[in-house]
Amino acid sequence: MEDILALAKKRADEAEVYKVTAEDTSVQFETNRLKHIQSNQSTRMALRVVKQGKTGYATATGPGGQSLVDMAVETARFGMKAAFEFPGATSYPPIEVYDAAIEAVSLEEMNKIGEQMVATLLRHTPGLICHAGVSKDVTSVSITNSRGGQANYRGTVFSLSVWANLINGTDMLFVGDGQSSCHPILEANTVTEAVLQQLELAKNQAAVATRSMPVVFTPQGVASALISPLMAAFNGKTVLQGASPVGGKLGQMVFDRKLWLWDDPTIPYRPTSGPCDDEGVASQRTPLVEGGVVANFLYDLQTAALAHTNSTGNGHRSRGGLPAPSPSAFVIAPGSTGFDEMVHDIKEGLVIEELMGAEQGNILGGDFSGNVLLGYKVENGKIVGRVKDTMVSGNVYQLLKQISAIGSDTRWVGGSVSTPSLYFPGVSVAAKS
Amino acid sequence: MKDIEAIGHDLASTIKRYGADYIEVRLEESQTSHITYRGKELESIDRATATGGNVRALVKGGWGFVSFNELDNLPDRIERAIKQAQFVGHEESRLSPLEPVVDRVTLEADKHPEDIPLATKKELLDEYRDIIWRTPGLQTSGIGYGDSRKKVVFLNSLGSYIVQERADVTLRLTAVAAKDGEVQQTGLSLGNRGDFNQMKNLHQPVAEMAQRAVELLSAPQIKGGEYTVVLDPVLAGVFVHEAFGHLSEADFVYENKRMCQIMTLGKEFGSTELNIVDGAAVPGLRGSFKYDDEGVPATKTYLIREGKLVGRLHSRETAARMKEGATGNARAINYHYPPIVRMTNTYIEPKSTSFADMITDIKEGVYVKNWYGGTTSMEMFTFSAGEAYMIRQGKIAELLRPVVLTGNVFTTLKNIDAIGNDLEMNQGGGCGKGGQSPLPVSNGSPHIRIRHCLVGGG
Repeated sequence: MEDILALAKKRADEAEVYKVTAEDTSVQFETNRLKHIQSNQSTRMALRVVKQGKTGYATATGPGGQSLVDMAVETARFGMKAAFEFPGATSYPPIEVYDAAIEAVSLEEMNKIGEQMVATLLRHTPGLICHAGVSKDVTSVSITNSRGGQANYRGTVFSLSVWANLINGTDMLFVGDGQSSCHPILEANTVTEAVLQQLELAKNQAAVATRSMPVVFTPQGVASALISPLMAAFNGKTVLQGASPVGGKLGQMVFDRKLWLWDDPTIPYRPTSGPCDDEGVASQRTPLVEGGVVANFLYDLQTAALAHTNSTGNGHRSRGGLPAPSPSAFVIAPGSTGFDEMVHDIKEGLVIEELMGAEQGNILGGDFSGNVLLGYKVENGKIVGRVKDTMVSGNVYQLLKQISAIGSDTRWVGGSVSTPSLYFPGVSVAAKS
Repeated sequence: MKDIEAIGHDLASTIKRYGADYIEVRLEESQTSHITYRGKELESIDRATATGGNVRALVKGGWGFVSFNELDNLPDRIERAIKQAQFVGHEESRLSPLEPVVDRVTLEADKHPEDIPLATKKELLDEYRDIIWRTPGLQTSGIGYGDSRKKVVFLNSLGSYIVQERADVTLRLTAVAAKDGEVQQTGLSLGNRGDFNQMKNLHQPVAEMAQRAVELLSAPQIKGGEYTVVLDPVLAGVFVHEAFGHLSEADFVYENKRMCQIMTLGKEFGSTELNIVDGAAVPGLRGSFKYDDEGVPATKTYLIREGKLVGRLHSRETAARMKEGATGNARAINYHYPPIVRMTNTYIEPKSTSFADMITDIKEGVYVKNWYGGTTSMEMFTFSAGEAYMIRQGKIAELLRPVVLTGNVFTTLKNIDAIGNDLEMNQGGGCGKGGQSPLPVSNGSPHIRIRHCLVGGG
């Protein structure tokens, strides 16, 4: 890395080298049995240069070398104006994301957890077709730049997932869940309990009318329908472009006063945590909504400089691209209402566990509209069965203005979102007659 | 570092000696460049090179897969893949027969987007940016251009040795309009097989896209419910991909008895007018190739013929287990992943109805155009239209806010009651499955009409 930095400094005014190496292994179950074992090794180098005030960028697999420098310098002729400076030497918060125990987990143990998940589900519902995965990975990140900035850390991630389908005639039921941590997860109970509950609640089918009705989004439901628009809206880049519905509203009450939302890469042993972001800026917890009031937006170095503020440590590189602001881990604060209490409160309504395709509409505007892949009908305070051929739509900003209750059942969903159930008084539902 | 062809050549002579039922190696080299704009400014420009490979081994029905981008120690990696496969395998290995092929597929001289100077690419994108910003009322815009060139060396323990090159160019433009706290956006997605020149002369559609974003701010939202819906070729192509294409991928079917019953060959899925085809053998489309990532030659596969299910998409393993022929549909997005059953170029064959005849007797319906997104759970699908209009008394009427269509695959295919005469292929999309996204595919159709389609609104 140091040799590339030295080569780059000769050809450009400033330079930054980012290197990530990863090793991962996964065991995959298909149709109730072990089918694949996969392991991957990768090394990727990224070089960012600033030359005559403009940014150039190139990436390469393997050790890089002279051609990496040539490519980065070539793009710098056309690149965007660099408004930022690379961070100098920084002392980072000690946020642990590495557990050596992961490296020691054997294929036999991973296989056993997978078998356990599949067997538990099959005992409950014998006709199920289960797919499952158990994976572990070890990543190491190094950043060095021409202003003396240096960051190095290692991280581990262990993940479990299981999803299953049950087919009757042409009726298909899909259930599933997952869990991840920087520690090994050697007990699959949390995941299988959640799926067993889905299977229980979906046993019967129920019909639903086309109209507005009370709806509870479970943590998975919140993540599948409501989070993407918020992630776009609180992105400093969207704000800078004037395309965020909350952009001009810092300090204003935009949401229900019960809503608290923050971004948090500082939680120990979470796969979304780390001492710094992908630009070497120290990690911090950033409040986004405080009691319904818009508190902050998420920035990387460049976007922060353009907005005349500081990076919030949210410069992330997706798919090897240039750093850009994006959330590390979105956390919605739990409330005090139990899930059952919310359901008891509903005379006629829905519980949404998974909304399919909700993120394909006008996300920036906050609109969502999706097919209920897994959801239940509530009648007189009780879940009576699963609904089908039903579409749920609305606008995130309108819904989050008036929240009936926030659940106490907070959990991580999909690794990067932590949320409780959210209960809304009226959501538009369209059902096939 | 040694060239991947030289490494492949050395391996070809030793790969048969290992103790596995089947082994294949894929080695890859790629060069890509991206240019993005956000708003009026160029946001990023980058170039990347990647080299890597993988080994896949089959032992007693179990698969081991090892990917890497350090190309030394390949014999160790082969041993590791075999060990993993041995750990898994407890049954009989079954793969459909394959004639070993030695072949080389090179790029045509005019399909080298990496040779076009960055300055030329940027100049064209600047023009589109300027056109977008001539529209009053815009809040922001986005342009994402990408090109790539890739060489893949494939060899297996049967003696196949195939070198294939491909190039791709993609362009995605978006316009965002905002007013009184409301935001609307429109987009345009294009793609082709490495011909940068095809991305020129888009000035008119780019201007229209930007204009529509502003118009959407004052457009009404549709009342959710069931409508007669007419789909343009782009959206009908997404519909056939989402609603039926994924269902015909045999990896979802081959070990699932109940799914096999649903997908029994000969079963009626639509009217006798309905023919659905998938195939990579048509040259020049985004989903086209000569050999898939298992070295199987591309084919043209009828999935539905005259309304009846007649075929499905296979890898060598799913074909052998279902005792059907391989179709050349095993694809991997890159060396990091094993090949899985994927679509290539999927389309509804054209029939005789003109667009005018299709809408003439619709009293109240919806005309939906352009791709925005789509997904499926096999039984249920949802897809969204970039552009939607009411149809009133047989005429196209007011512009609507974007709509999402959803339904049950089995009933919806039967509800297609008119198929147009104007087949067009959409090259701008990509497909995601099993974490591998976006895989280059194309979808197409003529205009089609669907009765009783559920449309989501506000």
